[in-house]
Amino acid sequence: MKEKSLHKRILADRLFKGMVVVLSFVSVTPMFLILFFIIRNGISVIDWSFLVSLPKPMGESGGGISNALVGSVILMVIASLISLPLGILAGIYLSEYRKARFAYFSRLSLEILQGIPSIVIGIIAYVWIVVPMGSFSALSGGVALGMMMLPVIVMSTEETLKLIPDPLKEASLALGVPYPRTILKVILPAGLSGIVTGVLLGIARIAGETAPLLFTAFGSPFMGLNIFKPVNSLPLLVFNYATSPYPEWHTLAWGASFVLIVFILSLNIIAKLVTRRWKVQF
Amino acid sequence: MESTVLKIEDFSAGFDDHQVVHHINLAFEKNRITAIMGPSGCGKTTLIRCINRMHELVPNATYSGKILLDNENIYDTDPIIVRRKIGMVFQRPNPFPTMSIYDNVVAGYNLNGVRVSKGDKDRIVEESLQKGALWDEVKDFLHRKGTFLSGGQQQRLCIARALAMGPEILLLDEPTSALDPKATAHIEELVVELKNTVTIIQVTHNIPQAARISDFTAFIYLGDLVEFGTTEKLFTVPKDKRTEEYLTGKFG
Amino acid sequence: MHVDAGKITVLSAKGAAGGYAKHIYQSRSFLTESAFRRILYLSGISVLLLLSAIFLSLFIASGPAIKQQGLAFLIGRVWDPVAGRFGALPFLVGTLLTSFLALAIAIIFSLAISIFLGEYFRSGIASSFVKSVVELLAGVPSVIYGFWGLFLLVPGVRFVEQQFGVLPYGVGILSAALILSVMIIPYAASLGREVIGLVPSDLKEAAYSLGATRFEVVRKVVLPYARSGILAGVLLSLGRALGETMAVTMVIGNSNALPRSIFAPANTMASIIANEFTEATGKVYLASLVEIALVLFVVTAIINIAGKIIIIRMSVER
Repeated sequence: MKEKSLHKRILADRLFKGMVVVLSFVSVTPMFLILFFIIRNGISVIDWSFLVSLPKPMGESGGGISNALVGSVILMVIASLISLPLGILAGIYLSEYRKARFAYFSRLSLEILQGIPSIVIGIIAYVWIVVPMGSFSALSGGVALGMMMLPVIVMSTEETLKLIPDPLKEASLALGVPYPRTILKVILPAGLSGIVTGVLLGIARIAGETAPLLFTAFGSPFMGLNIFKPVNSLPLLVFNYATSPYPEWHTLAWGASFVLIVFILSLNIIAKLVTRRWKVQF
Repeated sequence: MESTVLKIEDFSAGFDDHQVVHHINLAFEKNRITAIMGPSGCGKTTLIRCINRMHELVPNATYSGKILLDNENIYDTDPIIVRRKIGMVFQRPNPFPTMSIYDNVVAGYNLNGVRVSKGDKDRIVEESLQKGALWDEVKDFLHRKGTFLSGGQQQRLCIARALAMGPEILLLDEPTSALDPKATAHIEELVVELKNTVTIIQVTHNIPQAARISDFTAFIYLGDLVEFGTTEKLFTVPKDKRTEEYLTGKFG
Repeated sequence: MHVDAGKITVLSAKGAAGGYAKHIYQSRSFLTESAFRRILYLSGISVLLLLSAIFLSLFIASGPAIKQQGLAFLIGRVWDPVAGRFGALPFLVGTLLTSFLALAIAIIFSLAISIFLGEYFRSGIASSFVKSVVELLAGVPSVIYGFWGLFLLVPGVRFVEQQFGVLPYGVGILSAALILSVMIIPYAASLGREVIGLVPSDLKEAAYSLGATRFEVVRKVVLPYARSGILAGVLLSLGRALGETMAVTMVIGNSNALPRSIFAPANTMASIIANEFTEATGKVYLASLVEIALVLFVVTAIINIAGKIIIIRMSVER
């Protein structure tokens, strides 16, 4: 028998642990680099006028991101209106009909849907809405984002409802409460925190999406309140300005990035708080 | 004159916020079976896990005192060496699911990076499985994964795996509590056989089992060693009132 | 028995699908149980319908291109819209190069983080810190990665290229792969961490009791046990990398030529669509871009299904 010396094995053990720790900390440095740059370059740009003025034409300094802020909100509202009702109902279906053969395919479709590259979704919205309508619009952008938000809503609803113990439903039914009412007035409220968390995370996901908007919402230099017309959004603005040759626009892009990151981070933090505070324990 | 192979001196152990085992003094005879019994939560598992230095793997673990194996304090030796001299079989059978039966038996060597010739490996596998009373049942399936075996067979595989390392002492932590009566009987027979090769220390809360197979018994209650002696004496004429109460089922 | 469905709901043994009440009671319900259940069922189907509709639309919209070129599309090396030639090979190559390079880089770091969080530091300050940062990284939008990459990474790569004596574009496959790997790491790490953390502790204890060091336990017990989960994680990360658009578009240099080295500017399937879709004139041009999207759809779908199957097979085995 040949034996590796104990000393060598212990050395290998220590080296391995060291490597794991070093690599892990190296992996997290990009986060700090990104945050550092965004904060350093972006924070100086942010002031009240930045938030409420429209972008200035190319090359001129100053200007703001107001139309992008409004546009982002419009898109998120449309996306939510599309994905929430359908998503919650589908989530209820999956949790109530857990074992149905069909539910398996439904879930599989959801996984595939979630994995579709966002730009492909953009093309679909283009084909389904932009082409028949003849123009780019906030509506088509909202539809694209809604399709991306849908799997998140369905899955978080299903997960939440799965955790609610059956006896609760049975108690309600045993009291003579009809099934639809049991689901909508007893079960859903019990899972409210999880569903709200899902909504917040879904919005956080689409808040930063650009690709599906490139040829749906398209972007615009004006304030757009008409959902049948193109509309600007924060990530679109960042993309267009960052890739432009004008340093004034680069500065605006850093500011917009800052706002975007703060928004997404806040959503994530709020989602965590919602889970902690509101979650009904069984 | 019998010889003492393991001695526990003034040993205490526990966790940051509370002590589980207090000032234990205990000696174990070579090639004998010593049962450590007591009600749940009395510290017997913690104690046994200190003997092969597994206790300290848990965060917040504390311990003090000496445990002498052949007169050397195991706390002065590298834990890896200690664990190779003192084998352990756990409450629930845990063969490695990604390895075949053959590889499970020699897992101790593979994991430690010891290179063994095929011939030696075959010999070790056969000897260990024979000692574990499993050879006849699996000799035609050595290269299948062990998960198809019954609970009792899996436990015997784990015993074979521990024995393959040639330990001086075998620690058994309630090895039959997860098994059915027939498998339990099988393992009890096996354990009695094994004492000719190894010294056995068995933790159990199964009083009849301790009575059946052990030569010596230690009774631990709330972390203290209450009484220790030959099984015959302890069970028939216990010296301490608590021992008597435990044996008659007043608690535990 | 049946009464005006709008006002009073009567559930009889025949009426409701598996209805729970078998007697008459009064309630103001706008919905009968069977109608509600039908709605639920429809919602469940809708997802499947949506997916099929997406596939069909992509297929139909790429019709003109398929009709004109067939499979030559995928091996054609020249993408020249002006001349009417649409060979997508440069983008296939660009996609594969960036994705696999990114995956190779990311795997090492993701595995390290997974082992860090799943084995060595399962709780405590270090664990919370790394976990939070990884979660944050996962939430950063692609376009911000691209922005940061354009202003920070690209100059760095340009500098390196100058040292190597290569044309210092800065942008190109290498930059795209680097950014992509930073983006995949959080995703792969959280998948890996779960799998590694799920290895039963009694298996690890058995290994320790045989005298193994921690490194040996990880190498020979933990990782083999988590093997399929890690594979699934790799697969799903690959799927993610293939479809990533914005960050890649911003640093890959937008060149339609077949890339000859990792320092060359290029385009991926996703970035060519992002770059040219709005300028595409002509039916075949547009249809070709849609066809690229179709390929992306099919490939990512297959990879995701494969990944999920592995995960399901894994949980069944245990």
